[in-house]
Amino acid sequence: MYAIDHFDCGTPASESDKRVTVEIDGHPIEVPEGTSVMRAAALAGTSIPKLCATDSLKAYGSCRLCLVEIEGRRGYPASCTTLVAEGMKIRTDSDKLSQLRRGVVELYVSEHPLDCDGCPADGHCELQSMAKLHGVSDNVFSSDGRCSERITHESKARVSALMKDESNPYFSFDPSLCIACSRCVRACDETQGTLALTISGRGLASQVSASADESFINSECVSCGACVEACPTAALSEKSIAALARPAEKSVTTTCAYCGVGCSLKAEVIDGQVSRMVPNRAGHANQGHACVKGRFAYGYATHPDRIKSPMIRAKITDPWREVSWDEAINHTASEFRRIQSQYGRDAVGGITSSRCTNEEVYLVQKLIRAAFGNNNVDTCARVCHSPTGFGLKQTIGESAGTQTFMSVMKSDVVIVMGANPTDGHPVFASHLKRALRAGAKLIIIDPREIQLTRTPHIEASYHLQLRPGTNVAMITAIAHVIVTEGLVKESYVADRCEKEAFEKWRTWVADPRHSPEATEAITGVPATTVRGAARLYSSAVNGSIYYGLGVTEHSQGSTTVMGIANLAMATGNIGREGVGVNPLRGQNNVQGSCDMGSFPHEFPGYRHVSDDSTRHLFEDAWGVGLSNEPGLRIPNMFEAALDGSFKGMYIQGEDLAQSDPNTHHVVAALSALECLVVQDIFMCETAKFAHVLLPGSSFLEKDGTFTNAERRISRVRKVMEPLAGLADWEVTQRLAIALGYPMNYQHPSQIMDEIARLTPTFHGVTYDKLDQQGSIQWPCNADAPAGTPTMHIGSFVRGKGKFFVTEYVPTPERANARFPLLLTTGRVLTQYNVGAQTRRTQNNVWHSEDTVEIHPHDAEVRGIGHGDWIGVTSRAGETVLRADVTDRVQPGVIYTTFHFPESGANVITTDNSDWATNCPEYKVTAVQVVKVEKPLDWQIRFRQNRESRLPSRRDVAHESA
Amino acid sequence: MHAEILVRMINQISDFYGAGSEPETAAKETLSHVQRMWAVRMCRQMIDIGAEDPGLKPISRRAVALLVAADAAKRAAG
Repeated sequence: MYAIDHFDCGTPASESDKRVTVEIDGHPIEVPEGTSVMRAAALAGTSIPKLCATDSLKAYGSCRLCLVEIEGRRGYPASCTTLVAEGMKIRTDSDKLSQLRRGVVELYVSEHPLDCDGCPADGHCELQSMAKLHGVSDNVFSSDGRCSERITHESKARVSALMKDESNPYFSFDPSLCIACSRCVRACDETQGTLALTISGRGLASQVSASADESFINSECVSCGACVEACPTAALSEKSIAALARPAEKSVTTTCAYCGVGCSLKAEVIDGQVSRMVPNRAGHANQGHACVKGRFAYGYATHPDRIKSPMIRAKITDPWREVSWDEAINHTASEFRRIQSQYGRDAVGGITSSRCTNEEVYLVQKLIRAAFGNNNVDTCARVCHSPTGFGLKQTIGESAGTQTFMSVMKSDVVIVMGANPTDGHPVFASHLKRALRAGAKLIIIDPREIQLTRTPHIEASYHLQLRPGTNVAMITAIAHVIVTEGLVKESYVADRCEKEAFEKWRTWVADPRHSPEATEAITGVPATTVRGAARLYSSAVNGSIYYGLGVTEHSQGSTTVMGIANLAMATGNIGREGVGVNPLRGQNNVQGSCDMGSFPHEFPGYRHVSDDSTRHLFEDAWGVGLSNEPGLRIPNMFEAALDGSFKGMYIQGEDLAQSDPNTHHVVAALSALECLVVQDIFMCETAKFAHVLLPGSSFLEKDGTFTNAERRISRVRKVMEPLAGLADWEVTQRLAIALGYPMNYQHPSQIMDEIARLTPTFHGVTYDKLDQQGSIQWPCNADAPAGTPTMHIGSFVRGKGKFFVTEYVPTPERANARFPLLLTTGRVLTQYNVGAQTRRTQNNVWHSEDTVEIHPHDAEVRGIGHGDWIGVTSRAGETVLRADVTDRVQPGVIYTTFHFPESGANVITTDNSDWATNCPEYKVTAVQVVKVEKPLDWQIRFRQNRESRLPSRRDVAHESA
Repeated sequence: MHAEILVRMINQISDFYGAGSEPETAAKETLSHVQRMWAVRMCRQMIDIGAEDPGLKPISRRAVALLVAADAAKRAAG
């Protein structure tokens, strides 16, 4: 079912620049060449009846409802599959057309009962609407009710197949309501790219089937919901609206709070509560698509676990005491002032949140710099994409990706390195799969076989399955092939890059020690494979690189980012559509949190704190003197807490105790603080060490903006009131005032106005412009008033691009006899980061615990079977997880996720970090694994506590049965 | 902060800048990175550790010497 405010044009827009004029029912209209008659009519204000057409899918021409008459043509062509031609005269309504259409509707209604009372699609059902339009109210072919003919003639098995499938926690499938229009099947193919659905059977027995007649939960379906939205009836419908049994009252356009794709969503609301989320078809990043998290997993926002009252306690062993906002704020201010008075101005600091809005992040860093009086501010980008910010700034001059997501549609060759888009960035993965199905080639650089390596209709041309920790050697080997085989784009480099730096790099990279043959022993990837991949990438008309945390979370994360930029520059692949260097950012606003000045050495807009003119600008605006010295990063704060020089910390929306490496170390540091203030929507792991707990507000409860991985700024709009009474920005403002630093914002738009005034790349950003355009990609200023979809056109932001020598330095975290395996980490589709949100939704049905993937060989020699408990021990710690024996991982490598606190994935990760930014080396930990009998005691306690609250897949299957 | 952590950090930095550069250039780039990216208390602690720490690699040692000299010059300038 469409969004309640969606006007559907029937077929997708044509991208042609050429215009043609046609006449619809006597009225002329000009449309792009390639437009369907149906769309042209819709644009002219005439809705031609339809059932199988929708404007997110290619025309199909099966329902035969959209027939029209065209002057000079015989018969009644389907308007969805007929394209306009210059001078065409179209008639959309006549007695004959009405007669034909009515006949078609009668046939549909004979198979689909019109007992609409109580139907979740009542009032929005397209068949109901078509029946009403054509005066059809009953089944003219049968007098005794629904589907009688069909059931009479089918076997028992078929009758059984027509039973409702309730296996998916978010939507149901009722085959008796299906009109076999195939929209769901095509949505799964074209929009999502999973190809999980098909029409099985023939004639009257035709029906939608998931995989090979599986239930949805057991099929390949990834629950993106595209099929549900595409369904014109209630055959596929959200359980959330079925439960409410009435249409939504309003729709609020906002931005998803999960990954860095930043999907635009329409929150439909009943009685102040979200009844469902529908992807916005006008959304620039998602183009009307979403994933199982964004579309369905919003229930955490109203979960009973939400913290709704401020709480304080003197010691972390004391019980919490609920207090008023005023008492909590005043207590916090008093404690921070006491600490600063006792230990010095620099003894406190804070962490901004990549889950919060730009405006909130900006306010927290302002609070720290202006009210705390130091630069001890950092953000969770420290542990994910800080190397991206550093590496891209050095090489091309801007700490951000270069393209739009849709740019991938113009790529001929795509490299995906250290990223798993189908799980981590599913909607981008759908765009990518579309490009690949259209003929683009794919190179995957990853220690593990990800889904894109081989999936229906897609197979990577090369999978460089390297050993963890050898990214730099791999990138340099690829560069070696490009340089030594004469594949450098010489004219591009000569025009756009620093000559001296390039020549130095060229000479260095051409050294035979960097050849694929020489580095094969390091990376483990056959030289011929590396050479093939290098030739393929460098031969592309448009070659693009997309990368993720598998690049950044290494001791040489920044080096790899620079190496990637080197490759793109050497092959001329930056500065136009279809190319570029594209970090796939992990969290919804991690780009924004970096843009907003969350790093201890940079003001908003990535300007160094020692730059006098920038600092004076902020001093004048904020009315206070500011420090010109970089502050502490997160790991430095932990070290300082342990050495007794750092005593107070304000953490907004970040669960350091679960997300940061070497948990024992983190816990010791947090425990050493005299005042830890945590602002979160849940009692997270970090809150267990807090003295003050301030309730946070979810993305549904506030206004603001998020900035996605494309630099796209999108509005977040309030759907419901904050459960605890205040939005996060209001809490920060109150704290600033209590500390004696005045802030007086009445609305987040005023904060954005200040950001725009003080930040050159944001000078042109306003809420009004965001409302008009839908979204804006920065830089947005006088030079680019509508924003900048593609960066570095003509020249780099830094002027000339700079090549850097990227010497491979092996990580100190090496496998040896005691720790012979290398552990690497990642995510699954249905859970998100530390799981605080998704663990409080039905997504647990798919992934209710983290497991360890281990190669069959490594499992066999240790006597480990699938599902066994295995102890994983590193130099930092020990945990126990279940084994998933699979050849997705290579021998010598194991893999796990970190979505559940009881998994203790970060108990075993070490505190090794990137040389430039201290981004932790999550992706390489030397470990040993052994079969054990059960989890550790603390893990059992955790699991029991959680399982008492949430359903498992088995529970849902049981209920369904 | 533990001295060994700071020494490890500056050695990592000098490993990067030392690749393909003259040692003196690499030491200056290492110094610049430290001054731009590290908190002042970390720089001061590095100065206290000094250039003679046995854990320092040669380029790091030179960078720390430059850091010490820069600090002395700053102090002398008042």
